[in-house]
Amino acid sequence: MSKLWLITKREYLSRVKKKTFILTTILAPIGFVIFFIALIFIMSSGVEKKQMAILDESNILEGQKPADNMVYFTLVKTPLEELKTSFEEKGFNGFLHIPAGAKQDSSNTVKLKTLNIEYYSNEQLGVNTLGFIEKSLAARLKQLKIKKVGLDPNVLKSLETDIELIPKNLDPESKDEASKYRVYVATFLGGAMMFLIYLVIFIYGNMVMRSVMEEKTNRIVEVIISSVKPFQLMLGKIVGVGAVGLTQFAIWAIVFPLLYLGVGLLFSGQLQEMQEIATASGGAQASSEQVESIAMAMQEIWSFDYTNIVLFFIFFFLSGYVLYASLFAAVGAAMGDDWGEGQSLTLIIAIPVMIAFYMGVATIENPNSSLALFSSMFPLFSPVVMPARIVFDPPLWQILLSLGLLIATCLFFIWISGRIYRVGILMYGKKITVKEMAKWIFRRD
Amino acid sequence: MKNVLELKKVLKTYQEYTAVNEVSFTIPEGKIFGLLGPNGAGKTSIIRIITTITRADGGQVLFAGEPLNTAHPSLIGYMPEERGLYKKMKVGEQIMYLAQLKGLDKKKAKEHLDHWLKKFDIEDWKNKKVEELSKGMQQKIQFISTIIHKPKLLILDEPFSGLDPVNANLIRDEIYELNRAGTTILFSTHRMEQVEQICENIVLINKGKNVLEGAVADIKENFKENLFLIEYKSGNLPSDLDTYGQIIENKAESVVIKLHPEKNSNELLKHLIHHEVQVHLFQEILPTLNEIFIKIVGGKSDE
Repeated sequence: MSKLWLITKREYLSRVKKKTFILTTILAPIGFVIFFIALIFIMSSGVEKKQMAILDESNILEGQKPADNMVYFTLVKTPLEELKTSFEEKGFNGFLHIPAGAKQDSSNTVKLKTLNIEYYSNEQLGVNTLGFIEKSLAARLKQLKIKKVGLDPNVLKSLETDIELIPKNLDPESKDEASKYRVYVATFLGGAMMFLIYLVIFIYGNMVMRSVMEEKTNRIVEVIISSVKPFQLMLGKIVGVGAVGLTQFAIWAIVFPLLYLGVGLLFSGQLQEMQEIATASGGAQASSEQVESIAMAMQEIWSFDYTNIVLFFIFFFLSGYVLYASLFAAVGAAMGDDWGEGQSLTLIIAIPVMIAFYMGVATIENPNSSLALFSSMFPLFSPVVMPARIVFDPPLWQILLSLGLLIATCLFFIWISGRIYRVGILMYGKKITVKEMAKWIFRRD
Repeated sequence: MKNVLELKKVLKTYQEYTAVNEVSFTIPEGKIFGLLGPNGAGKTSIIRIITTITRADGGQVLFAGEPLNTAHPSLIGYMPEERGLYKKMKVGEQIMYLAQLKGLDKKKAKEHLDHWLKKFDIEDWKNKKVEELSKGMQQKIQFISTIIHKPKLLILDEPFSGLDPVNANLIRDEIYELNRAGTTILFSTHRMEQVEQICENIVLINKGKNVLEGAVADIKENFKENLFLIEYKSGNLPSDLDTYGQIIENKAESVVIKLHPEKNSNELLKHLIHHEVQVHLFQEILPTLNEIFIKIVGGKSDE
């Protein structure tokens, strides 16, 4: 036991003390923040507020300027040729010219399908600005048309109906008011957990494999296993590397929210602006709905049973990692000094993980399908798929059965990997096939 | 005298192939013992059984009279033929780690570490990473980490391979010193001439089987062929020299003669002196272990 502890400690400390670990652990959140800040600047600088003059010679706007929406409009009466030379002096970025021939008589406005407006400026128009201008003018014309046709704007509005789907709970005991936002939040939560486990299996599984290979090619392994059992060495490695992963996540779990808060405070102005842009591009009407749905979704976040989710997540996370890490360890032991040679072996492990990921995606879309049920039970897939499903409240017995199967398989795989490992690490200069590895399982010490 | 290690008909098979076939030998306490054999004879397989890396399929291994158990590895120091250290680890941490794996507590491990670093005059290496050291320096670190826990039995598999003469001498002296201090040493090699210099007792194995066991001097005595080398300065060899033995080699001022069994060397020497041959050197030629080995296995090995 104390030897296992020594090995685990070395595996852990030698990684945590490494410069690359410290750098990636710190740099990843900072890099993320820089990316985020850059994004804010790009988005907020991309849409400047423009001053735009409108020379409406046809009077199609009937003397009323379109609503300002990131672009500020001013109606002018300056003649075109004069405006061309003087618009910049007057503080405009550019001007729009609606030629006199655009409209013959007042009734024609209704029939107008396209309106050509000339744009003069020394600046190139951005896609967003272009959109805002077109939208504002179209809105103004729509308003005019409605008036001309003699429609009551209120009647028009009453023609639109918002459909809201409200899922109802069959269980009369349950006080939880189900809402469609719960599905959105669940999809996000499930997806995030699934992705995290998927990443951990690959990143830290590979780390275990490389560590095994390093000891083998270094030839230190023979010295070590003359002091400890190969199984202890393998287990210590898996636990040590796993602890490194947990440390990294713990640091990120603290640093990310802090950084997020910091960024939020520092750039609150820009953030507000971004929100404005977002709502502006979505149209003025949609914005209030969006704000409402965000509020509803935020409310739903707190309606989940997090004790269960976090608890099960940790169980699936750990067993999934241990299961695959032990397989990676076995492959690392079987591999020689040659990376290329082991590639096909690594692929054997990578394939189920990737299949699991795609099954997880399908599960999120359809959490109660038979595919979702199967893949959340099958131990090679369940560490990735079940966490994605947990947020959709599957029956408890399914979660427990899946976890039981996973833990049993995990123990079995640790045993098998230990058998392969102990033979593999002393095997040099031979190309190892899967068949041979299978033979090692049954070989005596 | 107690025996540190006793192997009794030890057997190890890998599927169809038998690596160790009923090998037996005994290592008395305090001796330097040679485990000899060509490459592929089964030396490493035997060592891995002793170090509990693998288990024997048959026979018995006794360590200080007890069947081998999990407490014994901490009494054994093992330096494998293929050496290696963690390249990214610091020298001090590395040795401490290996010492603790052998069961030393932290305080003891540190004491021993400082002692050895001082002894080899390499205290300033303590915080260097192994990859920054030269190959010879790494060998010293390897050696220290092998003996840091004061093992009862020290197993060295080809300890001089890849060492320059200076470092080889250093390690050799260290081996002698440890041995004088009571450490029993199992020295495994295919280089027979090294064994002759260092070991008192040997076992010779070939193709997984015992071929020969005993004290080096006894073995040589048993395999000697009554060959004598005579070197002389002046005078002529008596013409009846072949009545004493068969002349194997006759050069200017030196002759090799194989004495007839009924004659003895003193008579031959007397005879030469009587004939006024000025003898410069009169020496019995003992066979080298290499010659003995080739004689026994018929020059065939699994190389």
